[in-house]
Amino acid sequence: MSAVSWAWLALLLPLLGSIVVALGFRVLPARVAGTIGTAAIGLAFVCAVGALLNLLGEGADARHHASSLWTYAGAAGLDIKLGIYVDQLSVFMLLVVTGVSTLIHLYSVGYMRSDEGYHRFFSYLNFFVFSMLLLVLAGNFVLLIVGWAFVGFASYALISFWYRRTTATRAGMKAFVINVVGDIGLVLAAFLIFREIGSFDYGTVFARAPHVFTTNEWTVTAICLLLLLGAFAKSAQLPLHTWLPDAMEGPTPVSSLIHAATMVTAGVYLIARTHILFVLAPTAADIAAFVGLATLLVAATIALVMTDLKRAIAYSTMSQIGYMVVGVSIGAYGAGMFHLMTHAFFKALLFMAAGSIIAAMANEQNIDKMSGFGRAMRFTSVTMLCGGLALAAFPLTSGFFSKDEILAYAGARGGMYLIFTVLGYLGAFLTAIYTFRLIFRVLPGRPCREAQELIDTGHVAHAAPRNPATGEQEDTDVGFPGAEHHIAEHSASMRVAMAVLAFLALFGGLIQVPGVDNVIANFLDPVFADSPLAAIHPSTSWSWIGLGIGAAISLAGIGVAYLLYVLRPDAPAALQRRLSAVHAFLFNKWYFDEAIDLVVVRPALAIGRFANDVFERFVVDGLVAGTRDAIGGAGGIVRIVQSGFVRSYALLLLAGFAGLALYFLLSSS
Amino acid sequence: MSIEWYVVLSALLFATGAMGILIRRSPVVILLCLELMLNAGNLALVAFSRMVGNQQGQVFALVVMVIAACEVVVGLGLIVAIFRRRLPLDIDELRELRG
Repeated sequence: MSAVSWAWLALLLPLLGSIVVALGFRVLPARVAGTIGTAAIGLAFVCAVGALLNLLGEGADARHHASSLWTYAGAAGLDIKLGIYVDQLSVFMLLVVTGVSTLIHLYSVGYMRSDEGYHRFFSYLNFFVFSMLLLVLAGNFVLLIVGWAFVGFASYALISFWYRRTTATRAGMKAFVINVVGDIGLVLAAFLIFREIGSFDYGTVFARAPHVFTTNEWTVTAICLLLLLGAFAKSAQLPLHTWLPDAMEGPTPVSSLIHAATMVTAGVYLIARTHILFVLAPTAADIAAFVGLATLLVAATIALVMTDLKRAIAYSTMSQIGYMVVGVSIGAYGAGMFHLMTHAFFKALLFMAAGSIIAAMANEQNIDKMSGFGRAMRFTSVTMLCGGLALAAFPLTSGFFSKDEILAYAGARGGMYLIFTVLGYLGAFLTAIYTFRLIFRVLPGRPCREAQELIDTGHVAHAAPRNPATGEQEDTDVGFPGAEHHIAEHSASMRVAMAVLAFLALFGGLIQVPGVDNVIANFLDPVFADSPLAAIHPSTSWSWIGLGIGAAISLAGIGVAYLLYVLRPDAPAALQRRLSAVHAFLFNKWYFDEAIDLVVVRPALAIGRFANDVFERFVVDGLVAGTRDAIGGAGGIVRIVQSGFVRSYALLLLAGFAGLALYFLLSSS
Repeated sequence: MSIEWYVVLSALLFATGAMGILIRRSPVVILLCLELMLNAGNLALVAFSRMVGNQQGQVFALVVMVIAACEVVVGLGLIVAIFRRRLPLDIDELRELRG
């Protein structure tokens, strides 16, 4: 089979899985549904590997194929095919998405075991994978938008999965609305591209763009900025990021798959895919890079103070995506995609470990109430440590190589871009602190009540769960985590998934070590060969110096966290009292929610209220009532004639004819 | 005899019929008056036909007679139906069509 056939098959399998599980929810036993869902994604991963092997069998320059099944929409001058584009970049994404998804499906089989919505969950999850694969495989902008909107819907459906939870449904709506803002940007960008180039097809657009646009022409800048609007909304970059922390209301496997490993990195993929346009619009690329930089710093500072375990990791996700956006915007395409991959490994793993701990806490997510899980949950804590080390860029873990590669590239590009290196290292320092803050708060120390119970009895606390945000009792009948919670120690499928990811998080970076092997970069480079920025390479020695700095910073960050949270546990509280204003500012997430509320939500509501009170009541209602009254009045007058006296009708008829006859007589003489 | 006599007679018959329709209330009488008006028209048609000297007017008169017969059938049928339902046989009382 050719590469495109494998890709079509990879696209088909999750869709089939989703449909089978959804339609068979009455018939299929829960175990079978979970198996079907996982197997569909697993087979899709096999197909992705098949596509990869096929591509590797070809010459480096011939590794791109377009294929279409049928014409999606055709009209004068418009030719949209249901087509996919298979090249190194899309196959790379295909591998990452299906690989991580398989493991997370496996994890969900155990984690969601006692949930009433088991079938629904797997159907949604398979649908998400289908949408994500559609997004990365799309061969034109129209299918890209279709996939883009589909993942938005899947994200919404899965955030609101526990639909009896008001906070979850609100979070779902928030995510959907903000994502639609991004969708609008993407759609407008596609319109502009079609107007300027006359095609939606990737091949045509990217081939013609350098001839149609001059550098920094306003149209190409506008296109890129609109694309960025879509990318920022999907990838939770400032200021469209506020939905991501709230999205943590969804089940933990969802946070792991959609809001850490795959969907939120779609923006990075989009920028990498359209890099030719960004080369033509360096201003837009710089804007993207600076937004990514701001996001990585802002999110890292917020993650320092978050007390909610999953939300803290969510802010970390934003911060890491900031690195990727910086990477693909300044020209470190391969490095950005490499970081996307390693981040998918270690962040999915961290969420899985967090999910296991949250299950042991009977859905309590506040790290202030957690401690001592290191002894209570050996496997979970070891894997969490692996994920944490990779996230904190501990030397020789995967995050270590990928993050530093982006920063080394920025340094090699020089000039203004040195800012990214310097502040990127600052972000890495913060990353190490907040990661190990979480780990030192949760794992060591005197076991909390739940951890002690686990040590003593091997039993997970099953208190009647309450929503920490609202205090209302959770409804376990329609799905809320279910009557029973599942931790990795008790579930083989969860352990397998986490073990594989832990291995990848620790050693996944070794496939691209500067000066030793450059697997990812060598594989992806032909895609980006047409960008002049791709020619810039940091020298191997500089890369190793960068790695050395990164290692020092990472160790320093871990040391600071160790000092603050293990050696002197009173220090953080004292620090918090001393810097109460700063703490409040960070704890309220830089007041982004409030600012958006003030700038966007309230004016929109005010306009709506004005429209309702004034425009609707007086103008619209006035027009409608006026028309109604005029017609009613006219009808009333005409009604008088309709008396029901047949003889009066006859008289009218005769008089009319007589009048007519008289008229003709007079006019003819 | 000159044509005037016929036309005047026709006009008188027509006026009589029209007057009957306007002042009588019994549906049967109104139907009769209607027939009278139609026949007044027929008389005029035949008279003019004789005057001009061709037969077209007479053919028209025949057509009018057929139509009049149809009309009587429908009209009498209605009157019988009204009578059967024990409704008053009075045009002014039957005013369901009032708007």
